[in-house]
Amino acid sequence: MKIFVCVKRVPDTEARIKIGADGRSIDPAGIKFIISPYDEYALEAALRLKEAQGEGEVTVVSVGDAAAAEQLRSALAMGADAAVLLKGAPTTDGLATAKALAAELASSGADLILCGMRAVDDDQQQVGPMLAELLDLPCVTAVTEFQVEGGKVVCHREVEGGVEVVEAPLPAVVTTTKGAHEPRYPSLKGIMAAKKKPLTEKEAQLGASRIEILSLEPPPERPAGRIVGEGPAAVPELVRLLHEEARVL
Amino acid sequence: MAKFTGIDYYEIDSLLSDEERMIRDTVRAWVDDNLLPIIQEAYIERRFPKELIPQMAELGIFGANLPEEYGCAGLNNVAYGLIMQELERGDSGIRSFASVQGALCMYPIYAFGSDEQKRRYLPAMAAGEVIGCFGLTEPDYGSNPGGMITTARKDGDGWVLNGAKMWITNGSMADIAIIWAKTGSLDDPSSIRGFIVPTDTPGFEARDQKGKLSLLASDTSELSLQDVRVGADAILPGSAGLKSPLMCLTQARYGIAWGAVGAAMACFDEALRYARERVMFDEPIGAKQIQQVRLADMLTGITQAQLLVLRLGRLKDEGRLRPQQVSLAKRANVDMACNVAREARRLLGANGILVEYAAMRHMANLESVYTYEGTHDVHSLILGQDLTGISAF
Ligand SMILES: Cc1cc2nc3c(=O)[nH]c(=O)nc-3n(C[C@H](O)[C@H](O)[C@H](O)COP(=O)(O)OP(=O)(O)OC[C@H]3O[C@@H](n4cnc5c(N)ncnc54)[C@H](O)[C@@H]3O)c2cc1C
Repeated sequence: MKIFVCVKRVPDTEARIKIGADGRSIDPAGIKFIISPYDEYALEAALRLKEAQGEGEVTVVSVGDAAAAEQLRSALAMGADAAVLLKGAPTTDGLATAKALAAELASSGADLILCGMRAVDDDQQQVGPMLAELLDLPCVTAVTEFQVEGGKVVCHREVEGGVEVVEAPLPAVVTTTKGAHEPRYPSLKGIMAAKKKPLTEKEAQLGASRIEILSLEPPPERPAGRIVGEGPAAVPELVRLLHEEARVL
Repeated sequence: MAKFTGIDYYEIDSLLSDEERMIRDTVRAWVDDNLLPIIQEAYIERRFPKELIPQMAELGIFGANLPEEYGCAGLNNVAYGLIMQELERGDSGIRSFASVQGALCMYPIYAFGSDEQKRRYLPAMAAGEVIGCFGLTEPDYGSNPGGMITTARKDGDGWVLNGAKMWITNGSMADIAIIWAKTGSLDDPSSIRGFIVPTDTPGFEARDQKGKLSLLASDTSELSLQDVRVGADAILPGSAGLKSPLMCLTQARYGIAWGAVGAAMACFDEALRYARERVMFDEPIGAKQIQQVRLADMLTGITQAQLLVLRLGRLKDEGRLRPQQVSLAKRANVDMACNVAREARRLLGANGILVEYAAMRHMANLESVYTYEGTHDVHSLILGQDLTGISAF
């Protein structure tokens, strides 16, 4: 089975983000970058599927600048077999990214294409469904776990108050969210082996970006806390404030 | 708690390869996710967290700098050192476990063992299925292991071992013990040989060392060997004299020099956060000159130690390392870490004595690290002898 996983380089969710001098991008200095966590769920699912089937090939694909090779190497270290870097300036226009991926994947012979449900940096949630549309493939989104059997993918989706089970014929695009399995750590041997695995770089055939970021602003500073009193005597006032002001009670 | 992002005042990261950084970051994340959440409880309960062994094995931590043909990761020595650094940032007991398994048990089998012994033990030990301990120290022979009185006597095809070993890390939970014993007369250290002794052999007993106030999340035991009969295949055929166990110690001391940096980093990171947050006399204590001096001293020590071990690692990878250089690094870095841990503990005030903070745990642990693998004093004497050509032991 040929499985493709689309991954994006994003700032670490723990990083302290500083806005760049242009006021429209983040300052990458001193920030650690990671594979977007939802893409990691997709990769973990792909690796598990390959292990369960005892055969198959997992290829990771990223649209990004040269630095995104670092995330592809991490994916190879986790166990992916091959990586493709589609080099181009990252864009917020999901359709431009989806077009670049579609150009690469159209003739790839993919049986299954996995994407994270969303990228944790700009959170547009567009690329997976758009990619499916461009490739004319069925798309199941926000999947927590799935099985492949008899040329079909059976997906579990967590919906309000329950689980929805959805089936689609292969090839298909599935976007993943957090499920039962935490992404694995790359093993130390895996990290060494990653060096020898193929990482192909190509120019991304990005569509025109029609969405532009005008400005980025940090969230407002949180107001300082307030001490309403000390000991049991403060409880009634605290309860009143939680009820009337914060409205959490 | 916020994730640990490293201490790198001199852009030392840029001296590491991508793989070395990735290996460090992987073990760092593993320590944050799996070790730090349980270490306080394990420490208080005085137990080594055995449940972590399979995870460490899966990552490939055990004997990580030994070759892949034996199921090991085949890493260079800098990557190996970075692993030790991150493990000890968690706890010296966990790093001790990995040092004993890799540098003190797998290494001698790799360096002095037969092909059959290597094939039989190394892959299983890398997989964490066979746990080892290293028995060199005896009740009356600590800094002077050449004086040991444990003996191995030829008996038909095999050997019979008698004696006692003390302070043996992993002693009670080990499946095999690497026992060093004299095969000749007691005044002949050149007759010392290593033996692989399965711990379920009749006559072999291990007893937990009670009453420790340091390295509580580690198994430290006494071993007694009474007419322990092992086959001819138990001897490490390449071992020859006191220099063989000393070669193992050089491997372990190398890792300790890195590990100490990790323990110091954990304490410094904690102290810096605390100094920023703790308000006393209307401002953070970090605004006070005395605490700033403390922090500056800590950072200086850590930065020097980082550069020292990185250079040491490159020398080891180039095959140009001298054991005396390892002595210098073990001595300097562990001493630095002891100081950083103690100053961090003090900066934290009363909170500093609690297990919820890492400083005092590290401080207590590091006293063992200061003493084992050649005490601080012993390394002074090694360096003194190297400098003057005169032994002062
Ligand atoms: C937690 C822990 C785990 C350990 N794990 C292991 C293990 O797995 N395997 C193992 O074999 N051993 C292990 N050891 C033993 C350790 O290596 C010894 O404790 C160490 O070598 C010191 O020996 P000693 O305790 O007998 O001290 P001694 O040798 O009695 O030293 C006492 C003091 O005298 C000083 N001294 C000694 N000789 C001289 C000299 N010539 N000149 C000046 N001063 C001197 C020392 O520096 C020290 O201050 C462990 C120890 C500890 C605490």
